[in-house]
Amino acid sequence: MGETFAEKIFSRKAGRKVKAGEFVEVEPDVAMSHDNTAAISKTFLSIGVDKVHNPDRHVVILDHCVPPADEKFARNHKEIREFVRKFGIKNFYDINTGICHQVMHEKGHVWPGALIVGSDSHTTSYGAFGAFSTGIGRSEMAVIMATGKMWFRVPETIRVHVEGEFPDFVGPKDLMLKIAGEIGADGALYKAVEYCGPTIEKMGVAGRFVLANMSVEIGAKAGYMIPNDEVLEYIRRRVKRDFEVIKSDEDAEFEKEYKFDVSDLSPMVARPHTVDNVVPIGEVKGTKVDMVFFGSCTNARLEDFEEAVKVLGKRKFSPNVRVIIIPASMEIYKGLLKRGILEKFIDAGAVVLNPGCGPCMGNHEGVPADGEIVISTSNRNFKGRMGNRNSEIYLASPQTCVASGIYGEIVDVRELS
Amino acid sequence: MKIKGRVWKYGDSINTDVIFPGKYTYTVTDKSEMAKHALEDLDPDFAEKVKKGDVIVGGRNFGCGSSREQAVACLVYAGVGAIIARSFSRIYFRNCINFGLPAIVSPEVVDTLEKGDIVEIDLERGVVKSARGIFEFPPLPEAVIGIFEAGGLIPYTRKRLGLE
Ligand code: SF4
Repeated sequence: MGETFAEKIFSRKAGRKVKAGEFVEVEPDVAMSHDNTAAISKTFLSIGVDKVHNPDRHVVILDHCVPPADEKFARNHKEIREFVRKFGIKNFYDINTGICHQVMHEKGHVWPGALIVGSDSHTTSYGAFGAFSTGIGRSEMAVIMATGKMWFRVPETIRVHVEGEFPDFVGPKDLMLKIAGEIGADGALYKAVEYCGPTIEKMGVAGRFVLANMSVEIGAKAGYMIPNDEVLEYIRRRVKRDFEVIKSDEDAEFEKEYKFDVSDLSPMVARPHTVDNVVPIGEVKGTKVDMVFFGSCTNARLEDFEEAVKVLGKRKFSPNVRVIIIPASMEIYKGLLKRGILEKFIDAGAVVLNPGCGPCMGNHEGVPADGEIVISTSNRNFKGRMGNRNSEIYLASPQTCVASGIYGEIVDVRELS
Repeated sequence: MKIKGRVWKYGDSINTDVIFPGKYTYTVTDKSEMAKHALEDLDPDFAEKVKKGDVIVGGRNFGCGSSREQAVACLVYAGVGAIIARSFSRIYFRNCINFGLPAIVSPEVVDTLEKGDIVEIDLERGVVKSARGIFEFPPLPEAVIGIFEAGGLIPYTRKRLGLE
């Protein structure tokens, strides 16, 4: 019997052949933490060791509330800067860099076959590059700082096979919402999800990232794809080390297989307040919106803005809508500036903010008022997620969000002429 | 270890944002203040009325969403003795073990118990007792029992490093 990708990763790390269901204690290759590093550092210090086990393994990125919204956030950042300096963590990115999950691969901390952990649930993102990556808690990160090791249960694997060509104005976000709607928020609980099939093989970095990123929204421990040439080319430009692409054996044991065909997929929308509350656009068309959030680690890459600006054309946003645009990183921000894309959005009435998480989790930069409705390119629409439990969040693709901003209500982007 | 208290019952997919809102995650660090925000966006009554040893009963995918450990910690600080659910989200389950909070999987309990019921949980024997019946639940996986018994991941690590 062959091995799955997940089994191979953990077997290599454990130094013995392990199967799904076994527990292992292994050393991750990379460990990422963000604004929560201040809290992690306190737990780390409470363990009582006097140095970080391997400072080069850690990557610390400030993104969740940048620049700080008040003196408490400022103190949090200050403590982190002092901590990384004191303990020799050189892979530190300050408030001028971008969202952690974007910065991780832009700066070369992700490679195929790596085992990566992060004290953030969307750490599943790096499966887009053929890494096994998963979220852990703060105490766990503190223990990795102290000992280098962590326990894991080797997950079973579910396969999601995707075929067909995307219709115009429909893309990976619509596919991922469709998958979440069908499999459910706990449909892949504790499992690794392997995305495969002709549609995935052709998909670029940005699209793959959406699937891996949102895998945690279906409960998965990791989401993974075999890197294609575009991905490998992207990684080779940024990673200075050798790596090996790891693939599941064809005769490996998969727990389940789902099949999707995107040929006649419509734009999809997740209604409040769960990510799997998904319907085709037709069912929510006409819903008034007060705010558009075009940002987050899920959908604020160059490709997302390039697609969305085509939808915008020469139109203006509705005067009844606030459109908040936050590129995922400074690299993307510069790319958008160079292409004149930000200017187009600004001329249409949008507010462009600095790279970071922004209002995604309700810290600052666009918290909705009571009774307001937001349509967002992000990944979570839980009650209170954006900082106000009396508001509602719809999740959709960048194209759908921009189109809805133009009309002040949720519209079917395919119907715009 | 025995836990005794009243049941607080909620539905499926109780997520980390309603347990401990994201906007507090970098600024609210004091234990009693964290306890005051527990379940704030789901049940404003909870933090005020919860008593030591009370048990939360939830549906499927309890604790889905963020990796924030405060979503476990705030309940511990509020006095919650255990959570019983149909299933737990992965990181939440890890955080419970690492924080020493019993996270019990028992669909029967979820189907049967109601808000306000008095329950008694015997962790060693793996049973939940209530006036509505006695329910058995599976023990924790062998590999993580040590962490739980040490009182959580940090005391466990200190012990292993010979610092305790
Ligand atoms: S953009 Fe949102 S989902 Fe992504 S890391 Fe930041 S807060 Fe989390």
